[in-house]
Amino acid sequence: MERNLTHIALFAALIAVLGLVPRIDLAAGVPITAQSLGIMLCGSVLGAKRGALAVLLFLALVAVGLPLLAGGRGGLGVFAGPSVGFLIGFPIAAFVIGWIVENTSLPVGLAASAASVLGGIAVLYLFGIAGLSVMLGKTWAEATVISFAYLPGDVLKAVLAGFITQGIARMRPGALLSRA
Amino acid sequence: MLTLTSPVETAFHRLRAGPKLAALCGATILLFWASTIPPLAVALTAATALTATGGAVFLRHAILLLRPLIPFVVIVALWHLITDDLTQGIVILLRLIIVVMLANLVTMTTRLSDMIDVLTKLARPLRWVLNPATLALAIALTIRFIPTLSDRMGQIRESWRARSPRRPGWRILTPATLAALDDADQVAEALRARGGAG
Repeated sequence: MERNLTHIALFAALIAVLGLVPRIDLAAGVPITAQSLGIMLCGSVLGAKRGALAVLLFLALVAVGLPLLAGGRGGLGVFAGPSVGFLIGFPIAAFVIGWIVENTSLPVGLAASAASVLGGIAVLYLFGIAGLSVMLGKTWAEATVISFAYLPGDVLKAVLAGFITQGIARMRPGALLSRA
Repeated sequence: MLTLTSPVETAFHRLRAGPKLAALCGATILLFWASTIPPLAVALTAATALTATGGAVFLRHAILLLRPLIPFVVIVALWHLITDDLTQGIVILLRLIIVVMLANLVTMTTRLSDMIDVLTKLARPLRWVLNPATLALAIALTIRFIPTLSDRMGQIRESWRARSPRRPGWRILTPATLAALDDADQVAEALRARGGAG
């Protein structure tokens, strides 16, 4: 009980801290930060349920007014903005990633990378693109084009999520709750 | 830690958080019904006037908070210039700016503790899955550990710099994640030693 609670809280904090890591701006001012890597790690390290709850806790803190999203954004405004679809997709992505890592027998690093591509890119973009299309009044095809600005960074992050998860599995096998 | 609540005291600070949030929900639903320029233009003027009652500093802060919308405004504006459907573009952008502005107004004028109270109140019907006291503890733990983890990340970066001429890249993220896992275990033990989390 306490262990679940503290893992969820600490990983919510980890997502926030990863959003503070120095960022690089791609064309069109799309920031690349490690924040979505944090979402992937929540799923791949904590597993489906705890991972999704950690992300929900993080989003709750953003909603109540802490500037924890990448680039110091936060408050209720971000949930009224064009990227709300990605925010809704975050906990679902973490859940899918955790579920895949829990339910495959692949080596954990490979499983985490593959799960991050499926959950952190395919599932997340589905929600993100739907959000963009509703908020900006664009068709799905048009919204997809806008989202592609994030794609190279997210592919890189999915690969890194695999390496990091594997590193943790090697150093603290017991701490990897998704495979415990 | 910094919050987005404005230090400039406005009349809105004195309103209760629950009604403010309900009004925001109502306004947002109404705005998504409006599909022509005139009502949205009136709404934008009203939203700006509401924000301006907080004074110049408050208004400037509110406008700065709209900055993340700039890339989307540029994309939508260009798109509708090219497709020659300017009215639709203006409607979409006006609506977006007003909704975000109103939401930010609520955030800027509501204290973090009041917001957290609303959140735990909203979670009350979910009592059978989520104990409100546990939620409050989780929120407090996360807020407490953000600066701690951030410092830890700084230490890890420093020790990387002391050993390697290369820049610390993604490799510091593995020890940072491990730090979060270890802290979680220690705090869990500390909680249990003090009677558990309810």
